[in-house]
Amino acid sequence: MIALTAAEVRLDGRAVLHDIAFSAPAGQMVALCGPNGSGKSTLLRALAGLLPEGGTPDPRHVAYLPQGARCAWGMTVAEVAALGRIPHGDTNPEPVERALLACGLDGLRGQRVDRISGGQARRAMLARVLATDAQVLLLDEPTADLDPSAAHEMMALLRGLARRGGCVLVVLHALDLALRYADRVVVLCHGRIVADAPPETVLPAAAAAFGLPWGVDPSPRLLPPGP
Amino acid sequence: MIRLLAVAVALLFVTSLLTGAAGLGVPDPLILWQIRLPRAALAALVGGALGLSGAVLQGALRNPLADPGLLGIGGCAALGAVVAFYWGLSAVFAPALPLAGLAGAALGSAFLLGFAGRAASGPSLILAGVAVSALAAALLALALTLAPNPFALAEITFWLMGGLEDRTLTHLLLAAGPIVLGCGVLLRLGRGLDGLALGEAVAASLGVPVARTLRVAAAGVALAVGAGAAVAGGIGFVGLVVPHLLRPVVGQRPSALLAPSLLGGAALLLAADLLARVAPLLLPLQQEPRLGVLTALLGAPFLVRIARRVAPGGAG
Repeated sequence: MIALTAAEVRLDGRAVLHDIAFSAPAGQMVALCGPNGSGKSTLLRALAGLLPEGGTPDPRHVAYLPQGARCAWGMTVAEVAALGRIPHGDTNPEPVERALLACGLDGLRGQRVDRISGGQARRAMLARVLATDAQVLLLDEPTADLDPSAAHEMMALLRGLARRGGCVLVVLHALDLALRYADRVVVLCHGRIVADAPPETVLPAAAAAFGLPWGVDPSPRLLPPGP
Repeated sequence: MIRLLAVAVALLFVTSLLTGAAGLGVPDPLILWQIRLPRAALAALVGGALGLSGAVLQGALRNPLADPGLLGIGGCAALGAVVAFYWGLSAVFAPALPLAGLAGAALGSAFLLGFAGRAASGPSLILAGVAVSALAAALLALALTLAPNPFALAEITFWLMGGLEDRTLTHLLLAAGPIVLGCGVLLRLGRGLDGLALGEAVAASLGVPVARTLRVAAAGVALAVGAGAAVAGGIGFVGLVVPHLLRPVVGQRPSALLAPSLLGGAALLLAADLLARVAPLLLPLQQEPRLGVLTALLGAPFLVRIARRVAPGGAG
């Protein structure tokens, strides 16, 4: 559903990614993990078509949420979500409404995005991505400003989208969320893909990439009480 | 809201036609056609161009402080006009002044787009504008220092303060084309500006041609504001203030702000020009206050109010 093969991906003239051969099928939720500066965001940008190596994907099929995206103006939550219809060139309210509901923003649609909490604003940004109705979602740290329960809710929402046939790529710092929700975890280190495996088997490689001692499982400490 | 603003513009336009040094009421047809119509029409056109340009630039650059003056095109128009003064062209052939202004604005725009064209992004456009402004200001100062006689210097300084008195149908015909064309181009940018509200990366991922949108915005502003400055001199604050006045009413979405800013700018400059004309009738003034001076006097307090409302790191 989305793929990138490149010997090198350059950012401002500097090679950031090396020997990348990545693809993700429909119906899969993929977590991109790795230490700071490992090239996760660059890979996502390339897949979004923002770097020359990534080609030009159809903006109706590939929706992208950058890290720390912020609205420059005090637009309302509903107005921000409606920006997701720009690739289609329409103002169809139905997908926008669906996106607002899915993100739990039903009661906030008339609120200005600069006057709600950081977590609510982040959900408004996600609603914009969902309103496009794209098959591929590229999300850079969508849980960054969220409290633990909201982060779990968002991950569950994204996994639901993947179950219904979407292809969801999420850059995550929180390894516990990746291990719990993703179908597949891709670990980057120094610009290379060092592991690409289901969550059950990826941990040793991931721990090595993060410089954690073997056998340490960071997940149980951060997980909420089991369902 | 658009209807309301359109009514305001129409009312101010008619009032402007009925007000002047010759008294209130329907004037002699010669006065109406040769003096008041060009003046009122230019006020509406120049004001509309400034208001719309301000809304477009603030949206394109995601900066509530952006103003058409930022791109330096007005300064280039002034430079062209000053050159016409300097060589005495305007004394020999009256339309030389707006024509030279247009030429200056065109040169400045070409320089701006050439400079910002390769890697057009918000910051590069701003830097190019600052460079154009600085260059125009330096050349202007040079022309003023070299001015052949003190009388020319006074006339130039006076012109630079902006005004619409004694403009003729020739001025109107020269400026109307580029202003209407520029505004037409700018009014079509709404969707791209909405996308840019979330940053250039998101806009690009939404399929908005970011570099092209910025170039078209710069070109449209240069056309509309350059032609306006060529006939009206330097009129500040309208482009900055009008979008801020309208945001609380029409909302913050950049595309929703375009048409109202066009009408709001026209209404504001018509009102300011009326005020300039009425002032000598009410106050013991020897002559009209300069329009550019009036807009700055009215605009500065508004700006202080806006500055107090703008949240830190936010856009008011």
